Amino acid sequence: MIAVELRKLARRPRTWVAIGLLNLLPTVVAILLAVTKIGPRPGEGPAFLSAVLSQGALFSVAALAIVLPLFLPVAVAVISGDSIAGEAQSGMLRYLLARPVGRTRLLIAKLVAVFVFVVVAVVLVAGVGYVVGSLLLGNEPVTATTSISSVSGTTLTPGQIAVRTVLSIAYVALSMIGVAAMALFLSTLTDSPLSASLGALAFLIGSSLLLTLDAARALQPYLPTRYWLSFVDLFRDPIQWYNIERGVGIQVVYVVVLLGAAWANFMTKDVTS
Amino acid sequence: MIRTHALIKRFGSITAVDGIDLDVRPGDIYGFLGANGSGKTTTLRIVLGLVLATSGEIELLGRPMPRRGRDVLPRVGSLVEGPAAYGHLSGRANLALLDSSGRDTVRATRQRRIDAALERVGLAGIDRRPVKAYSLGMRQRLGLAAALMREPELLVLDEPTNGLDPQGIREIRELLLALNAGGATIFLSSHLLAEVEALCTRVGVLDRGRLVVQDELDTLRAPTGRTIVRTPDPAAAVAALDGRVEYREGELVIVRGGDPAQVNAALVARGIPVTELARERHSLEEIIFQRTGPSSDRVDPT
Repeated sequence: MIAVELRKLARRPRTWVAIGLLNLLPTVVAILLAVTKIGPRPGEGPAFLSAVLSQGALFSVAALAIVLPLFLPVAVAVISGDSIAGEAQSGMLRYLLARPVGRTRLLIAKLVAVFVFVVVAVVLVAGVGYVVGSLLLGNEPVTATTSISSVSGTTLTPGQIAVRTVLSIAYVALSMIGVAAMALFLSTLTDSPLSASLGALAFLIGSSLLLTLDAARALQPYLPTRYWLSFVDLFRDPIQWYNIERGVGIQVVYVVVLLGAAWANFMTKDVTS
Repeated sequence: MIRTHALIKRFGSITAVDGIDLDVRPGDIYGFLGANGSGKTTTLRIVLGLVLATSGEIELLGRPMPRRGRDVLPRVGSLVEGPAAYGHLSGRANLALLDSSGRDTVRATRQRRIDAALERVGLAGIDRRPVKAYSLGMRQRLGLAAALMREPELLVLDEPTNGLDPQGIREIRELLLALNAGGATIFLSSHLLAEVEALCTRVGVLDRGRLVVQDELDTLRAPTGRTIVRTPDPAAAVAALDGRVEYREGELVIVRGGDPAQVNAALVARGIPVTELARERHSLEEIIFQRTGPSSDRVDPT
């Protein structure tokens, strides 16, 4: 069933359009930076962007930081929100369940397919970012002597950069799986994929809004988007683990609770679509 | 093949299915009749495990549902409330995807089974165009093909001839009769009485969630014990059959007594011409009118 779901995902043009668009924005940013040589000042604009003019290899994490606030969650919410609600809307849900495909099995297959999409999307964004950054920006060969500076100002070796980029990819992917779990839960509630996707996005926008509000300070450590950008801390020297750990903890709790709710709801749902 | 006992389904305060005891036997072509909104589709969905009953027992191929769905559903083909498919894929790709979704799928025979199913429903020459370019009738045929792919023992079909033209309806009727002759039990819901009369051996009639009739079609349509006579001289006929005439309208005379030969003899003996003579039988439509209330999609002021 997992293979079937992956095949379905891969055969939908939408999947590839989403991944294409995800890579388009960072590429446009890289081209603009390369042509104009006007980088944002340190501390302004998306993370790392101030550094990429001289250090093209950092553009893979910069690309993640560019798509993370909006593009990536939108893509993940659209794909994940479609999981069950999309089958319900097309009417295929009843035929799948009568085939029979066990409800738990279907949900797990959908989850794995979304998980694969998230990982592929994040890795591709980072990979394309690396290639584009290396080609267009800071084209100096990276050797042990021309090492790259960390956000803290000290130097990192290319080996360290590679490890920390992989960790960033994993961290961003986990954050996006939180989004996917939310959209998947809503997808079992409604027969409209649009509602599920927009509902998940509304949840994230609400969370982002509360983060800007001082009165909501007591809630903020528990909001799903609170630690999204904390992967920047992986590029400090030494790595500041505190926010990363909190972020991982919160995402795991959200994922477990939301997937549990999705499962409980889907198991007892009357399929009337 | 399908048995339910005291099946009840409530959606909030609405009782969609109200104590149904369904009994579909092996070899039946069972016509499940009822007005729109009488609970046909909900009952079908419960039998297939899509909707969970509020109370009552369901047995499908002798196993309790929905608990043992995994064992019995692979032996059931279904078409519920219209066909469905992934619009961006071809018909063949859709059949292959649905088939490979089940645990019991046999990959080696898949292509052959797809071809056979498409052939049966009259889509053998179908090309690679996506399903979204199909006509309503083609989609219906594709849905039937999906139900037939694993040569099911039981077919559960909701309005199987929906969207088909008269030739198509006839083709599907012949297909269903052939499948039934090959041993398949068929449970089909419909509101087309003519279709059910032409096809079914048993009927169940739903009225607002209750099963008001469930019997062999032949029993329901057994002679009523009256004879229908048509004659150009009805007045003479009434006089000749003194007292036995129950009803007269124009050239039509309905006579008590179920033996047309005897009635005929009485009329011919007096030289009264007879143009038509038959045992009276109730049509399915009359039976349903007698036993059910008004159409349930009618909204009258209270």
